[in-house]
Amino acid sequence: MSENTEHGTHSRRFYVAIGMSLLALTATTVFAAFVNLGPFNPVVALLIATIKATLVVLFFMHVKGASEKLTAVVLVSGFFFLAILLSLALADYLTRAWR
Amino acid sequence: MPASQATTVEPEAHDPALRHHFADAQQQKNAASLGMWLFLVTEIMFFGGMFCAYLVYRLAHFNAFAAGSQQLSIGLGATNTAVLLISSLTVVLAVKAAEAGNRKQLVTYLIITVMLGLVFLGIKADEYAEKFERHHVPGPNFQFTDTFDDGAQKIPVNPNEAQLYFSLYFAMTGMHALHMVIGCGLFTVLSVLAWKGHYTPQYFTPIENAGLYWHLVDIIWIYLFPLLYLISRHR
Repeated sequence: MSENTEHGTHSRRFYVAIGMSLLALTATTVFAAFVNLGPFNPVVALLIATIKATLVVLFFMHVKGASEKLTAVVLVSGFFFLAILLSLALADYLTRAWR
Repeated sequence: MPASQATTVEPEAHDPALRHHFADAQQQKNAASLGMWLFLVTEIMFFGGMFCAYLVYRLAHFNAFAAGSQQLSIGLGATNTAVLLISSLTVVLAVKAAEAGNRKQLVTYLIITVMLGLVFLGIKADEYAEKFERHHVPGPNFQFTDTFDDGAQKIPVNPNEAQLYFSLYFAMTGMHALHMVIGCGLFTVLSVLAWKGHYTPQYFTPIENAGLYWHLVDIIWIYLFPLLYLISRHR
């Protein structure tokens, strides 16, 4: 159990770089919202949001390189159940007009 | 830890920060972190219910949602996003300072985090005030006369559908703001305890776990911002 206690932590410069990327992605999402991408506007917005969330989860929340491997299992199972909630709800509402 | 070593440990040599039912500090830390993550997953499902309601109604009443969204200020929303992202950065740096045993830096970063949290809530309060002035708060005084511009013509919007958008806006940002208030309180208490020297490089689990909570609240806002503020802005 003598593996490094500084599990998953990085240099201050690294964290600042991640923070700056998050700010840059925020500017990108605002810019992209004003460009007409047709049906892909919400797709791009959600894609950028997911990239931002992934950066926060992996590096700020230290899931990447975590000493407790079950953390990733708990996280993925959480999103799995969220996906069930959303997909089954939509499978109902989006098909109600079908006769 | 080998059994022979465990039996030779004197009671007074026991690390006061280590609970007796854990083998060592690392195991205790992992258990605390795992417990926090389980809580965060319940939070994801809690907000997930609201995101689900949002999704269903947005698909059913897109024009009203777009018209409602266009009444929000992108400048204030984007500023708040930046404020929250920077506060997440200061939390990470606080955890790093705790790990290094740098008490002054830890307290400084915690206080900056609380300040940024209060800036966020201040901007949010300003936005809410504007909603009250313009009668965009759901209820008997709700009024909505704006139209949806689909590029070719301005389509009138059913106020009841716009009210749905603003109900979800207030439910989601309100519940998020409540989490922010709780987070600010947590970090205020933690900065006092940190100042008193409660945390050492061997034990700073409360700082780490409060940090995880703050990041989750940040992630929820990362999704709320494009979903609420950026609907059909290119018209």
